[in-house]
Amino acid sequence: MLNYAVRRLLSAIPTLFVIITLAFFMMRLAPGGPFDREKQLPPEIEANILRAYNLDKPLYEQYVDYLTNIVRGDFGPSYKYLDFTVTDLIMTGFPVSLRLGLYAIVIAVLFGVAAGTVAALNQNSTFDYLVMGFAMTGIVIPNFVMAPLLALVFGVYLSLLPVAGWGGGKLQYQILPVITLALPQIAYIARLTRGSMVEVMNSNFIRTARAKGLAERIVVVRHALRGGLLPVVSYLGPATAAVITGSVVIESIFDVPGIGRYFVNGALNRDYPVVMGVVIFYAVLIILLNLLVDLLYGFLDPRVKVE
Amino acid sequence: MLLDIQNLTTRFATPEGEVFAVNDVSLQVEAGQCLGVVGESGSGKTQVFMSMMGLLAKNGRAEGTVNFNGRQILGLEAAELNRLRGVEFSMIFQDPMTSLNPYLRISKQMTEVLVEHRGITERDAAAKSIDMLKLVGIPEAEKRFRMYPHEFSGGMRQRAMIAMALICEPKLLIADEPTTALDVTVQAQILELIAGLGRKLNMATVLITHDLGVIAGLSDRVTVMYGGRVVEEASVTDVFHNPQHPYTRGLLESMPRLDTRSDQALHAIPGQPPDLQALPAGCSFAPRCFHAFDRCRQEIPRLRAIGGNRVKACHLEAMV
Repeated sequence: MLNYAVRRLLSAIPTLFVIITLAFFMMRLAPGGPFDREKQLPPEIEANILRAYNLDKPLYEQYVDYLTNIVRGDFGPSYKYLDFTVTDLIMTGFPVSLRLGLYAIVIAVLFGVAAGTVAALNQNSTFDYLVMGFAMTGIVIPNFVMAPLLALVFGVYLSLLPVAGWGGGKLQYQILPVITLALPQIAYIARLTRGSMVEVMNSNFIRTARAKGLAERIVVVRHALRGGLLPVVSYLGPATAAVITGSVVIESIFDVPGIGRYFVNGALNRDYPVVMGVVIFYAVLIILLNLLVDLLYGFLDPRVKVE
Repeated sequence: MLLDIQNLTTRFATPEGEVFAVNDVSLQVEAGQCLGVVGESGSGKTQVFMSMMGLLAKNGRAEGTVNFNGRQILGLEAAELNRLRGVEFSMIFQDPMTSLNPYLRISKQMTEVLVEHRGITERDAAAKSIDMLKLVGIPEAEKRFRMYPHEFSGGMRQRAMIAMALICEPKLLIADEPTTALDVTVQAQILELIAGLGRKLNMATVLITHDLGVIAGLSDRVTVMYGGRVVEEASVTDVFHNPQHPYTRGLLESMPRLDTRSDQALHAIPGQPPDLQALPAGCSFAPRCFHAFDRCRQEIPRLRAIGGNRVKACHLEAMV
């Protein structure tokens, strides 16, 4: 298994290389630069700044320099947040983003699996239709619509929760961002669980379990859930990716000091090293999470040998 | 009488209308006896016993009486039924490949039956389960006990299914096409095993099959089903040597024989099995029957005794 993990990690290197290359050139293709201001700087000052950051060199040289630097672990300075390196920014933002994402995923799995299972066991009941209707809505409404809507209702009209901000990480500041992140995932996981549980409950081995006179609770929990949850486990990788990318938008809307906000500000300010750093960080994170999910899958399904 | 089914009717509600899977079926199994239930796909042979086991699909409904050891078990609450299923009577199925849970070790799938029904510890259950695996002829039972179903061959899986079904020493084992999915070489072994265990444990068995050959050497009595009805019931010798229903005779003649010349066409019953959503007014076999006359098409023949401890549902007086 260790062998497998190492091979998977090595095979991720070309993937990372492609991501870095694409991100680097796409970023540079965007019009404007990090030091464009409304007021035109005197040309000699601008030339000095560009030279200080090596931005006056030909693009391919900058690219090679960048690659060499990140291999050494140097992600460069931020052009915008002076005195901060990209690593500093990611290290301050990540704990916040991680907390939001983790809560969102845990809530999504708990509620999604519960709702999907109950819906599957009561197929075509009112509850089933309610859950599936809710799920459809949850999937269809984009997070940048859901976020202001929730802020409006719970923040402004009901005055129950703060509209935005972080408040040093107090619980009431986290509720709305986490819910907004979790909602579409709850919806998707509920649909996934329902579909696969309906299938498993109709399978021959469930009939065998019933023929053995096992209580319905054991039939569902021991015999059906294991197989029924495999698709959810597979989805955890993409779900985490969705939560991470979703948090870019959510953090900006709710003004949460996570990586996502740095990323959006970085993109707007053409703060190249910050954008590149966050892209690489997310890419590595997603690759690692997908590997973790595959290892977990091999653990849950004895027929799958992870080798 | 161990099992006494009277006037069982099983229907399925489908979007296209009601399917009459089992129609007014009565049959009996005595303690220690082996009953063969024969019929082609859709004859209702499996659904009779699914109704009894409470394993009908959600859209299915069974009516009638099913007495097991003198107790009506049809329509029992699931909790009540669970005290009987796997304990007093068990069932094994056609496809051992999919009938075992692929995510659980054989050990868990066996011990859970004992833990649930007998309330014994996991350790005692394990010892008893390994003994049971040995009894059904699984080599290296201690080692195999810890394996997953996908590490077993088809024949082994069916042996494991049998071991699970018998672990609480039921009085009746229902085997639904237990060898259909297996290699021919393994079929005979499994059938021998079921028959042998039946004798050894003084357990009644029901062998559901479409293959008369399976039943020939094993059953005491045979029930032949067609279109959801019992058409003939007799001792196994009578059925093979003197079938009294045209359908039974057709089935026997359809069996390929080694002494048939190779240039001779195989015998087949012409036509199709009846549409269970629109059964004919008369005998459901009439459209395919060489002997059918007007009455057959108008009036459903009732099961009637024809002497020699056998019954048939046919308007013909006798077949020669």
